[in-house]
Amino acid sequence: MGFFDDKQEWLAEVFAQYPADRRRSALMPLLRRVQQDEGYVDFERMKEIAELVGTTATEVAGVMSFYSYYQGLPTGKYHIQVCRTLSCKLAGSDELWHTLTERLGILPGEVTEDGRFSLQAVECLGSCHTGPVIQINDEPYVERVTKARLEALLEGLEQDKPLEEVRRTLPDEEKMGKATIELEGEGGAS
Amino acid sequence: MSEGPITSGHDPRFSPTLYAHVGKPNSWTLDYYLSHGGYETARAVLTGKQPEEVVEEVKKSGLRGRGGAGFPTGVKWSFMPNDGQQHYLICNADESEPASFKDRYLMEDDPHQLIEGMIIGGFAIRATKGYIYIRGEYRKAYDRLVGAIGEAYERGYLGKNLFGSGFDFDLYVHRGAGAYICGEETALMNSLEGLRANPRMKPPFPAQSGLYGKPTTINNVESLASVVHIVQRGADWFAQMGTERSKGMKLFQVSGPAKRPGVYELPMGTTFRELIYDWAGGPTEPIKAFIPGGSSTPMLPFTDEYLDLPMDYESLVAAKSALGTGGVVLIPESVCIVDSVWNLIRFYGHESCGKCTPCREGVSGWLPQLFEKFERGQATHEDLKTMEDLLDQIEGRSFCPLADAAVWPIRGALRHFRDEFLHHIEHGTCAVKSGPRWR
Ligand SMILES: Cc1cc2nc3c(=O)[nH]c(=O)nc-3n(C[C@H](O)[C@H](O)[C@H](O)COP(=O)(O)O)c2cc1C
Ligand code: SF4
Ligand code: FES
Repeated sequence: MGFFDDKQEWLAEVFAQYPADRRRSALMPLLRRVQQDEGYVDFERMKEIAELVGTTATEVAGVMSFYSYYQGLPTGKYHIQVCRTLSCKLAGSDELWHTLTERLGILPGEVTEDGRFSLQAVECLGSCHTGPVIQINDEPYVERVTKARLEALLEGLEQDKPLEEVRRTLPDEEKMGKATIELEGEGGAS
Repeated sequence: MSEGPITSGHDPRFSPTLYAHVGKPNSWTLDYYLSHGGYETARAVLTGKQPEEVVEEVKKSGLRGRGGAGFPTGVKWSFMPNDGQQHYLICNADESEPASFKDRYLMEDDPHQLIEGMIIGGFAIRATKGYIYIRGEYRKAYDRLVGAIGEAYERGYLGKNLFGSGFDFDLYVHRGAGAYICGEETALMNSLEGLRANPRMKPPFPAQSGLYGKPTTINNVESLASVVHIVQRGADWFAQMGTERSKGMKLFQVSGPAKRPGVYELPMGTTFRELIYDWAGGPTEPIKAFIPGGSSTPMLPFTDEYLDLPMDYESLVAAKSALGTGGVVLIPESVCIVDSVWNLIRFYGHESCGKCTPCREGVSGWLPQLFEKFERGQATHEDLKTMEDLLDQIEGRSFCPLADAAVWPIRGALRHFRDEFLHHIEHGTCAVKSGPRWR
């Protein structure tokens, strides 16, 4: 069975966003759906998408490789994307990255043995005031990932608690997700 | 302070409008928006004005595009033909220039303001269809937008015959997937069409042939949100804020080690000092440089001379930098400038779309290789010269402004912090010793 066979209603909604003779515009939303549900997009899926939007699998692969979100290889249940751009770097994203690679024992492209985690370094996520920032799968960001918040996050995910539940237990979480942030007692990086 | 133009957030005549509702409970819902006068401006426009009148008002206000380039919005709108074809209005919500995060909260916390701006903009340029191209990672903003659009359709603020005016407007959201170049307007259109996001040749300009070959206008989120207030309160209200050629209020952002980093809405012409000290609470450690307007804008020394610059387009150009997106980054004393710029060059190198040679070979090839030599302590004076020659060969000779955006941060660093590059050459290490930064 094809991936989209049982998603006809959803497909119709997506195609309705674009002019009837411009089915190719649906290419990105279709790729995203596969990525979300399966954790990566394999060649069979590319062929299926190509047929749906009226192009070739090679063309789909060409578009896919243009973007950092779509993965050609399987990812973990929690695909952790770590921002490495300047403002996050100033907030310690290099050290955060090293800690993650060591703690999880994986590099980009690999998945932990239990299938839980994979890692990717990404560019500025548009949350520079709350760095270092990570994004897990397609979920809202985890901001200001301090040592304490990372520890609590990984512990929660290792117990397979839903991300939203884990998020609520992170220290200082009530201060996140806002246009400005102030954390008590934060001095310089001394 | 109560006469003359408003150029400070402390001026009693100033209060935030774009961000007036950001951070308020339920600010993203239609009920909240309606209880604060929401959609009344769109109603007044659609039932009482001609498209040309709206364009004139926006022109008169002096609003310049908030996506970075600063092109006058009303003038851009006036390029649209009156030809009876399908027109499109695209909102550029790709927000991927490092240090920029202002559009995000406009969408997360006040999505109806953006929708109202798009209805008014669509009416002005005779577009009955709009797309919001939002960067793929903005999940919360996407959810809020989709929710708001759904509510607006349900209650007749989107769709057919709005306010009984006979004007139809449909609005869709298209998600990106992690590619900075999609913020460039013609690359964005290719991305929306399901093609690889390489920029297109101009001319034809989008107003002649844009999305799907139809006349198209593309505006930044903040630009479109500003339109609501300009039309509601009048061009003169907007133009009393700011400086000679930079009018209105603007969203500025502060990141790096500040006490209260974040987004601040202030009149154009406010000084960096006021933004950084009065609003963002000042630095939490000694600072030596700041990036004034997003990662592509050349950095400036953190000295009185530059801190007292007014944040407007002209003052920044005079200081050999740019206002860009208004994203300020504080760079600490203890962090190496070469390292910091290398981080940005790596970014631009990674994001080059590969379409044209100077950028593909220069920005994603040569420049990173040269920086790696600096990092490894193997760079020579000859390498520095090669780098500067390369900058001349890339700047202004590439297909789109991404390549220039990679050149400028290096120019700024070499102009003001050349000694740190020389230190790398002569000693093989950074001029400063940087400790751990993660807490
Ligand atoms: C590489 C590149 C990236 C850009 N990224 C964005 C962006 O993320 N958001 C944006 O509004 N404009 C971006 N722009 C500017 C757009 O091309 C365009 O000028 C802008 O969306 C027009 O809207 P405005 O006139 O309201 O500013 C980018 C330009 C370039 C060259
Ligand atoms: S300058 Fe860079 S990003 Fe722009 S078209 Fe050329 S290769 Fe692509
Ligand atoms: S630099 Fe990490 S979110 Fe902007």
